Amino acid sequence: MTIVHLIMVGLGGFFGAIARFLISKQLNAKAAIPLGTLTVNLAGAFLLGMISGAKADPTLALLFGTGFMGAFTTFSTLKLEMLEFLLKKQKWQFYLYTFLTYIIGIFLAYLGYLLGSQFQ
Amino acid sequence: MVYFLVGIAGALGAILRYWIGISLFKGASFPFSTLTINLIGSFLLAWFTTNLFKRVSLPPMITTAIGTGFVGSFTTFSTLSVETVQLFHDEKIVLAVLYVAISVIGGLIMSRLGFKCSEAVQKS
Repeated sequence: MTIVHLIMVGLGGFFGAIARFLISKQLNAKAAIPLGTLTVNLAGAFLLGMISGAKADPTLALLFGTGFMGAFTTFSTLKLEMLEFLLKKQKWQFYLYTFLTYIIGIFLAYLGYLLGSQFQ
Repeated sequence: MVYFLVGIAGALGAILRYWIGISLFKGASFPFSTLTINLIGSFLLAWFTTNLFKRVSLPPMITTAIGTGFVGSFTTFSTLSVETVQLFHDEKIVLAVLYVAISVIGGLIMSRLGFKCSEAVQKS
């Protein structure tokens, strides 16, 4: 670990967090499920899949992958939103949100990985 | 200003995640570090938003920076997805399913604990 690595991760994290904040603010309140969080998580899973599949240069992977995509996507907010559905007994929203996030997210990460492998 | 604070907190969250990733569980065949980070983050966010931020009066800008910025960037969904794909790719199907199951259910339990914890503190 060098200071350059830390700066790359921090720089990526700075912009990733702001991008997530903007998108969540725009989209989260507009539908039955939190579309903003869903959008960042699905897009981020796909793009990180691509970075990983392309075996990107380690420094760039730290900036765009660990830093930006890591911060752009989130797990803690997802869980809080899922828990709120459960506590409010909104079962179908809970199942829909869980299904869309995990099944589509992992599928998109796989697609991204395949696509990224083409650019190796 | 709030965007800048979210960005700074996000940078710190990402750096802490990276540091834990390279310091703990190095070379493990199961993604323990992401799992640990995600579970701890789920607990913290629930606890902060339901309790801490109500007891300690902080400007909304600061609570957004800590919750959305720091904890939001500390935890990650993209890494979880890609690690799951890698486990499937390496034909470690049981580990892949286990990883997703612990993330789905364990994360919820940790969030719930965060809520519970704050209720307990409020009562005392």
